[in-house]
Amino acid sequence: MKCDVCQTKEATVFLTQIVEGKMQKVNLCEACSKEKGVNDPTGFALADLLLGLGAAQEIEKNPGSLKCPVCGFTQGDFKKTGRLGCSNCYAVFSEGLGGMLKNMHKGISHTGKSPKSHRRQRECGIRLKALQDDLQKAVAAEEYERAAAIRDLIRQIESEAQT
Amino acid sequence: MKFSRIIASSGEWLSGDGPNRNIVVSSRVRLARNLRDKAFPGWAKKAERLEVMGRVKEAVERLPEMAESYSENLEALSPLEKQILVERHLISREHAAKGVGSAVITNTQQSLSVMINEEDHLRMQAICCGLQLDKVFAMIDRVDSELEETLDFAFDPELGYLTACPTNVGTGMRASAMLHLPGLVMNDQMGKIINSVNKIGLAVRGLHGEGTEAMGNLFQVSNQTTLGETEEEIIGRLNRVIEQILEHEHNARALLAQRKAVTLHDQIGRAYGLLSHAYSMSSKEALNLLSTIKLGVDLGVFPDSLRFPVDVLFIETQPAHLQKDAGTQKLTIEDRDTLRAAMIRAKLSEVPRPDIARLKAATPEPTEPSQDE
Repeated sequence: MKCDVCQTKEATVFLTQIVEGKMQKVNLCEACSKEKGVNDPTGFALADLLLGLGAAQEIEKNPGSLKCPVCGFTQGDFKKTGRLGCSNCYAVFSEGLGGMLKNMHKGISHTGKSPKSHRRQRECGIRLKALQDDLQKAVAAEEYERAAAIRDLIRQIESEAQT
Repeated sequence: MKFSRIIASSGEWLSGDGPNRNIVVSSRVRLARNLRDKAFPGWAKKAERLEVMGRVKEAVERLPEMAESYSENLEALSPLEKQILVERHLISREHAAKGVGSAVITNTQQSLSVMINEEDHLRMQAICCGLQLDKVFAMIDRVDSELEETLDFAFDPELGYLTACPTNVGTGMRASAMLHLPGLVMNDQMGKIINSVNKIGLAVRGLHGEGTEAMGNLFQVSNQTTLGETEEEIIGRLNRVIEQILEHEHNARALLAQRKAVTLHDQIGRAYGLLSHAYSMSSKEALNLLSTIKLGVDLGVFPDSLRFPVDVLFIETQPAHLQKDAGTQKLTIEDRDTLRAAMIRAKLSEVPRPDIARLKAATPEPTEPSQDE
């Protein structure tokens, strides 16, 4: 296995660091490990090595500065209140929320009711996908009359969905 | 519709009938919904809250279910009126603390109520008596479907309905039943029940108080999780657990009648004696004694006609309801205790003394679930 830094010498130092539940691995040769200060475990941050100097500080700072463009809510606000700012916040803070939801609930995917407009959209999508497959098959089989009929049907469904 | 008209009659869930009515006081399902890309009430500025309230209120008032309803902005309600709505379970304590930009709408039967701008833009609930979570869910589900015709709800295909608090995301549904469990409390079994129910993602809470110390032996069982299961699966799980708790309660009652008959007779007799003769009574004492009377009715010691008056007393002896009857005079705690005692004495004066002889006849062997509903 080659050294991750110089990519030439054989790696002899293998490091694994777990930061906030995420495992990061790096493999180094003797010379590079010394250069990066790996022999001094207290002064070494794996993230620095992987992302360039100063990255670790940036990541630490980052959670607080993440801000929802719709409502202006920040991660710091969430820490304070335990509530989110608006529905768009779920997308903005999705990374941090993922693990939290997993611990809170039975699953991480909604399987219950959905609004009618969503159901219609989804059904429409599934139907279009099936028709497009049929269309390709028809073209491949050189059944052009059938292909034209399918194409018309697809256009009709698409225009209906838009209205 | 005026506040006084709503308050003049008790809610349908209190006076009606339903399966397992003896032990299951009420079944309730609430749904949390929000408008897309509008700040949640806790984060929204006043102008945005007012805008959301205007849109939601109009949509709710137009529902056929709300043809005869009471609708009011929270700032127009006095603290006393808010407290009465809390005691009737029509709004939450948190909602009562809100003012400008929040509103409440309830139908005349008080079976359907909507809180606007509580923690979420909409919190709608349906409530009825006895164990019928499926029926209650169907009621509120229909209201939700009607509302989505005019309101654009925040929904994500992966996460479901998006709510202010991540604990409600997904279905946004909290289904709960209020259970009267004096047998399990007297047998010291409530701790065990609470622990085992908590382990399977459901919660048991005392209605007025924490943990096993519930006033009036009233407990609320509800789902904790809202994501990863369908509404029907959640309610099914809840139903199965409630059926089991009911069986345990029936068993506990049978056990008490068989092995601790003297204690049981004594408790019922004392409750009757105190309630019939006391001249001052705290809310806590009243709830606990009324719970014992309610148990007495279930066991046949008191006539069945006493059931509804006792259930009404559970609500009517709460502080805000007592103050409402007193008019403009501001009651002190002592005044309320006196008034409460008088109200209960008057109700019990027509009730015959407990007929303990009927207790044995009404009680089956333990381990066999009672068939007394």
